[in-house]
Amino acid sequence: MAFVQNFPFFCIILSMFSAIISFVLNGRAAKYVHIAMVTSVLILSLATLSFVAGTGESYTFMMGHYPAPWGNEIRIGELEALMAVFFSLIMLLSVFGGMAHIDREVQNSKKNLFYILLDLLMASLLALIYTNDLFTAYVFIEINTISACGLIMIKKQGRTYVSAIRYMIMSLVGSGLFLIGLTLLYCITGHLLMSPAKEALAQIVAAHSYHVPLLVIIILITVGLGIKSGLYPFHTWIPDAYGYTTPASSAILSSLVSKGYIFLLIKIFYRVLDFNSIISSHMVNILFVFGLVGMIMGSVAAIKENNIRRMTAYSSVAQIGYIYMGIGLGTTAGMVAALFHVISHGAMKSLLFISISGLTEVSDGHSDFKSLKGAGFRNKIAGAAYTVGALSMIGMPLLTGFVSKYLFASAATTAQNKMLAAWIVLAVSTILNTVYFMRTVLTIYTPVSAEMRKPHGIMPSRIETAATFGMILLNVGLGVASQPVIKAIEAGLAMFG
Amino acid sequence: MSKLNPNYENSFWHHFSQWVKGEYNPIDGQLEMNAPDKEVFGDEKIHYVHLHIVKTQNYNERMFEEGIARNIRRFTGLYRILGVLVALFMICLLLWTVNYLPQFGDPNAPENNEVAERYIEKGLEETGAVNIVTGMILDYRAFDTFGESCVLFVASCCVLVLLRVDKDDNPDSRAREDMEDRHYEPKNDMILQRVADFLVPLIIIFGIYVVLNGHISPGGGFSGGAIIGSGLILYLTAYGFEKTRHFMNERVIKTLTVCALTFYCFAKSYSFYTGANHLHSVITPGTPGNILSAGLIVYLNICVGIVVACTMYSFYTLFRKGGI
Repeated sequence: MAFVQNFPFFCIILSMFSAIISFVLNGRAAKYVHIAMVTSVLILSLATLSFVAGTGESYTFMMGHYPAPWGNEIRIGELEALMAVFFSLIMLLSVFGGMAHIDREVQNSKKNLFYILLDLLMASLLALIYTNDLFTAYVFIEINTISACGLIMIKKQGRTYVSAIRYMIMSLVGSGLFLIGLTLLYCITGHLLMSPAKEALAQIVAAHSYHVPLLVIIILITVGLGIKSGLYPFHTWIPDAYGYTTPASSAILSSLVSKGYIFLLIKIFYRVLDFNSIISSHMVNILFVFGLVGMIMGSVAAIKENNIRRMTAYSSVAQIGYIYMGIGLGTTAGMVAALFHVISHGAMKSLLFISISGLTEVSDGHSDFKSLKGAGFRNKIAGAAYTVGALSMIGMPLLTGFVSKYLFASAATTAQNKMLAAWIVLAVSTILNTVYFMRTVLTIYTPVSAEMRKPHGIMPSRIETAATFGMILLNVGLGVASQPVIKAIEAGLAMFG
Repeated sequence: MSKLNPNYENSFWHHFSQWVKGEYNPIDGQLEMNAPDKEVFGDEKIHYVHLHIVKTQNYNERMFEEGIARNIRRFTGLYRILGVLVALFMICLLLWTVNYLPQFGDPNAPENNEVAERYIEKGLEETGAVNIVTGMILDYRAFDTFGESCVLFVASCCVLVLLRVDKDDNPDSRAREDMEDRHYEPKNDMILQRVADFLVPLIIIFGIYVVLNGHISPGGGFSGGAIIGSGLILYLTAYGFEKTRHFMNERVIKTLTVCALTFYCFAKSYSFYTGANHLHSVITPGTPGNILSAGLIVYLNICVGIVVACTMYSFYTLFRKGGI
């Protein structure tokens, strides 16, 4: 086994170990440990990606001395490595972008706890990406849920407590459904590891036995992970959870936490339940319909919203709808589009949340549209960053949002009876996106008196500016050079097989 | 009884007859009994709620409160009925599904496959643990168990974020806080202290026994750690923070947790690394049945036990006074 094949395991252990060691460090040291950890995870994941892309096939990594169905195992393919690269990159940029806020809004004695939560969040995301075992996935879902709760309430104000409780209840319902689904799956297959479970399921499907439990398992796992990722009718926790906490947490929650669950769901669809049986159970059609409804309803709710952060959070509901719509098309092209949107939405949303914090900072901390008038003149970098993010969301060419919209539209052409619905809703949703994002851009660039153009409040630090530029570059880069990423996603999906 | 005893006033029988008549209370003056004043708590709570939630000047917060009020009105109406309906639907769905599952204890059920077979037949030989369950969770599937210990760790971090009250720098207000702490804590409860004197050593020794014999008999780190934690909590309830602070303060708990988790992390990383790369590992199962056997399992059990005990103890102290 080549040494580079150990890297994903090193990434997971490294992030867990940095969480453990941060417990006895002070906030400053914990911050440096976190940054060093995420940077090394990024580098190691890049090495893994290039290795897997080079060999062109996936491999499994035994966690211990016992082979496949007896011990734990992780599985590394091109798609997993790609996701790890993007997740660690977005995590790094979000933490840099929100660093000044973290320093101000988190109590001094609790800063190290904040970074512990981030470290464990990174560990759980990596484990969700790489796992080849359903129960390992459940354990790390628990870590993910608890640390996300902590990230929401770290600001310690009345409203963040309420949102954390709401998030916790919804998220635990999701975990519970997922766990019940897992138990039933174990009952009928006798395996927790993905590949043997898939073989056992293939025999079950061939023998036409356990038809009802299989259907219930598909429903429970899909609904459970759907609730946790904020699919439309279960989205009520999103605006509060993303709207009030510290900006770095908002960016990470919206662009990474919900995406980890979506990735796990796709992995289970392909590697356990078999995508063909998902199609024949009509689950994709249900996901397709909920995705379409979410695309419209999320945008409508965003138009009604008067608070810029809550508006952006509602726009996340619409974007999650896009992803589920792509999954619901039931074709490989749709899945590629959905996976590309997982990455591109992460890049866009983290940029938006970080730039919003820059805009509200120079408006005395207010986030309603009236106070934000002319904020783009007061903080030029954040204004430009928000404009780029908004244009990307709308689907302006050369930006990453355009590529995902294009992929969705072209994927819809091959899905026969879903083509028209997908196209119409894509068009309507794009118009609605334009309405609320352009309204915001026009608000922040409303001409105001010279006195109002002076910043009142705190200007962003150099590191935040650098992170904002990094995110803008990521958006433009994904928009201009999207082909390698799409190729990698296609190759990775083929490796799922 | 004879009242000729010159020292009758102090005799046992005098006290006894007085107690029967209700004129004497033996624990009077021996026991500090200050139950928390309910009225005071009520006012404080209302004040707190006003301070933190209701009385907000900020525009955004007011908007948030209005949103909540609207949601609550909606919730009380439709949502209750819908909640019951959804729950009933879930119950029916799951009961219906259970009908189609294999019978409990069916020898031909899918879960009785080669996985369970190897755990039972070769578990002792491969892991050295007489207790197969421990062998499974700490050797075959040790990565999951490391995750579970991290779940406890992240949970205690979240409770710390939520409940730890930072010590005031101002000495006056700190002194007042300490006084209030004492006021709300009934101390020197003799019955509790005598019972604790007897029970705490037993409980803690039993907990240590369960942890150390986790690979031989039923038990292990999770259950043993919970027993030790409950013993510590009983001791704390009987003797107060003054006594426990000497051996269970924040520093000790942090050091113990970090050491235990670090050891777990390194030990298992070594075993994962050697396992995945097919290298020779120095860890051997040893003689099954001995305390020091079963490779790493006994040490990992100790680590898990320490983490669980510390987490339980710190949860209790955080909920009780907002600090360890």
